[in-house]
Amino acid sequence: MIQETVGSAKTRGVASIGRLPKINPVFFVLAALLVAITFSNPNFIEPTGYMNFLKRAAPLAILAAGQIYVIVSGGFDLSAGSLITLTVVGSSMLLDNSADATWWVIAVMYAVGLAVGVVNGLVVSYLRVPSLIATLGMMITLNGAAFMWSSGSPRGYLPETFRFFGRASLQGIPLIQFLPVALLVLLVVGFVFFWLMHRTNLGRMLHALGDNPRAAQMSGVPIERVRIIAFVASSLSAVTAGILLGGFAGVSTDVGVGYELQAITACVIGGAQLLGGRGSVPASIAGALTLTAIFTLLNFIGLPKPTRDVVQGLILIAAVVLATYRRNRAGGT
Amino acid sequence: MKKLLTAALSAALVAGTAHSQQLNFDDTAEFDRQRTLLTAKANGPDGEPWEQYYGDQMADTAKHKKPGPYTICFSNAGVNNAWRVTGWTNMQAEVKLHPEIKELIHVDAEGSDDKQIADIDDLINGGKCSALIVSPNTTAALTPAVEKACAKLPVIVFDRGVNTKCPVTFIHPVGGYGFGIQAGEFVAATAPAGADVLMLRIVPGVDVLETRASAAKRIFKETGLNVVGEEFTEGDNAKTKSIVEDYLQRGKIDAIWMDAGATAVAALEAFEDAGLPPPIITGEDQQDFLVKWKSEGFKAIAPTYPTYQWRTPIIAAVKVLQGEAVPGPEWVMPQPAITAETLDQYVDAKMPPLHHAMCGCEKLPDYPAAWGGK
Repeated sequence: MIQETVGSAKTRGVASIGRLPKINPVFFVLAALLVAITFSNPNFIEPTGYMNFLKRAAPLAILAAGQIYVIVSGGFDLSAGSLITLTVVGSSMLLDNSADATWWVIAVMYAVGLAVGVVNGLVVSYLRVPSLIATLGMMITLNGAAFMWSSGSPRGYLPETFRFFGRASLQGIPLIQFLPVALLVLLVVGFVFFWLMHRTNLGRMLHALGDNPRAAQMSGVPIERVRIIAFVASSLSAVTAGILLGGFAGVSTDVGVGYELQAITACVIGGAQLLGGRGSVPASIAGALTLTAIFTLLNFIGLPKPTRDVVQGLILIAAVVLATYRRNRAGGT
Repeated sequence: MKKLLTAALSAALVAGTAHSQQLNFDDTAEFDRQRTLLTAKANGPDGEPWEQYYGDQMADTAKHKKPGPYTICFSNAGVNNAWRVTGWTNMQAEVKLHPEIKELIHVDAEGSDDKQIADIDDLINGGKCSALIVSPNTTAALTPAVEKACAKLPVIVFDRGVNTKCPVTFIHPVGGYGFGIQAGEFVAATAPAGADVLMLRIVPGVDVLETRASAAKRIFKETGLNVVGEEFTEGDNAKTKSIVEDYLQRGKIDAIWMDAGATAVAALEAFEDAGLPPPIITGEDQQDFLVKWKSEGFKAIAPTYPTYQWRTPIIAAVKVLQGEAVPGPEWVMPQPAITAETLDQYVDAKMPPLHHAMCGCEKLPDYPAAWGGK
C-alpha cells in the first residue's frame, strides 16, 4: 500500500515536469558539453569548429549505430575495431597507389565485412559460442590477418579518390560554408540504421530477441537469422568507419585499436542495456558525439594528459550512472 | 568547491608524473656526451656506419671462440611497428652474407616481457644456440633473463638496453638525447624568436623517447621558444591529426617537434586541411614523410634512429664466435639526421610509405623486394 503511494507520487512528479523525462538524457549531456566547448573555445561557433568536430566524430558514430544492433540483440561485437584496421590496411594493399581501383576495393572491403558479420552470427547462433568469445576470437584473427597481409608495413598509399570520404568537404554551402563528406555519410548511414531499427519489423524482432530469446523464438521470430543480420549490420558499419578513418588520416597499422570499446561505451551512454532488449540508434549516435565532445573539451581546456584521463574516466562513469538512473526511474522506455 | 577541484586535479597530476621524475631522463652529463658524439669522428670503414663505432674500448672475446658453422639465436621484443619491420628485414638479409651461419633462430615476444623472458629460457635450454642476440622489450624486466643467459653463452644486446654489464657488448646508435638535440636545435635555429612549438610524443615512460623530449625541452628553454603543448599521440595518425586540428583552432603553431616521425604526415595534413602553410617540422626517415618533404619543400629535418643497427648484432655475433675483439662493453654507432641537403639521397618513391630510409640495406641481398619495394 505504502509502496503504491510512493509510486504514484513519483508518477505525479514525472507528469508535472511534462514530457521532459521522455527525452533521453544523453541529449542534455551532449548539449551541455557543446555549450562548455563553445565557452572554452569561441572558435567552435564557426563552421570550421563544429564541422571538424562532426567530421571527426562520424566514424565512431557510425560504428555505434552498427554496434547497437548487436547490443539490442543481446550480444557484443568486439571484432569491429580490428575490422577497421583490416579495412584500412587491406585497402592500402589492394589499391597499391592506383586511384582507378578505388571502387572495386571498396566493394571488396564490404564483401569482407559481410563475410565477417555472417561468420560472427553463425558462430554465435549455431555453435552457441557466447558473442563475447566469438567476436574476441574474430578480433584476434582479423588483427593477425591484417598483419600477415602487410607484414606490419603496408605497401600502398590511399589515393585521394579513396580518402575523399573521410577528408574532403563540399565547399560553398549556404549558412554552413562547407559540409564534410564524412558527415553526409553519417547522415545517410544513420538514417538507414534508424529506419531499420525503429520503423521495420526487423527492429521489433531485434528488441524481442534481446529482451527474451526464448519468448521471441516461441512467438515465431527467426532468432538465428535476426542475430546474423545484427552482426552483419555491425560489421558493415565497421567497414564504413574504416573507410572514413583511412580517409581522415591515412594508412596506419593500429588505426582501429580500442574503437570497439568506445562504440560499446557510446551505446551505453546512449542508454542501451548491455544485456539486450533496449537501445536506440539516434541515442547511440548521440552517445558517440558525447564521447567525442568529452575528448574535445578536455583537449581545449588544455589540462595535462594524466589529469585529462582521470576527468575523462569520471565523466564516463557519471554519464552511464545518469543513463541507468533515468532508465530505472522511467521503467519501460 | 573550485579550490577543492583544483587541488584534486593537481594531486592527480603530481601522481601521474611522479614516476617519470624517479627515473632520470634529464641527465646533463649524458646530454653533453651525446651532443659531442653527434659531431665526433667514428672509427671503422667509411660509408658503412653499421660497422663503425666511437672510442677505442674493445671487448675481449677469446673465451667465446668456437668452430662454425654457427646457430645464432635472436630474442626479439616484437615486430610490432614499421621501424622494427625494416630492421628485422635488414637482419635476415645480413645473415645471408655470412656462410659461417648455419641458422638464425628468431623468437618474437610480441611486445610482452613475460613472453620474452620465457623465450630466452627456451632458447638457452634448447641447447642449439652458439650465441644469443637480445632486443629487450623493457629494460628492468629483461635484466635477470639476460644475466641468466650470460652464464651459458655469449650474449649481444642491441636497440634498447638492460641494467647489467654481462653481455659481451650493447649495440646502439648515439641515443635519445642525440635525437632530441638534432630536432630541437633545428627548430631553434629555423624558427623566429619566441615562436610557438607544439611537442608531439608517442607515449610516456620509454627511456629512448623520454630523453628525446627532455633534450628538446632543454634547448627550447635555452633559446626562449614557447612550448604551447606536449601531447601523446600513441603513434596513431587519426589521433595526431585531431590533436593538431584542436591546437590550430586554439591559436597559431610555428613549429611541430616530434619524438618519432611516424605520424608526421598526419600532423602536416591538419595544416593543409585548415588551409594553412606547413609549419617547421621534425619528422623521421619514414618514406611517406620524406616524399612529402621533397615535393612540397617545407622546412624540416629528419633525425633518425637508424635501422641499419639491426645488421650490427649479426656482424658482432660472428666476430665474437671467431674470437675477434669487438667494440665493448658498448658499441656506439653514428646516428645521422637527414637534412634538406641530403634529402635526395634518401627519398625513393619505389619504396613503401612506411619504409625507413636509413636502413643501410641498399646493397644487401634481395633489395628492394624483401623490403616491399619495386
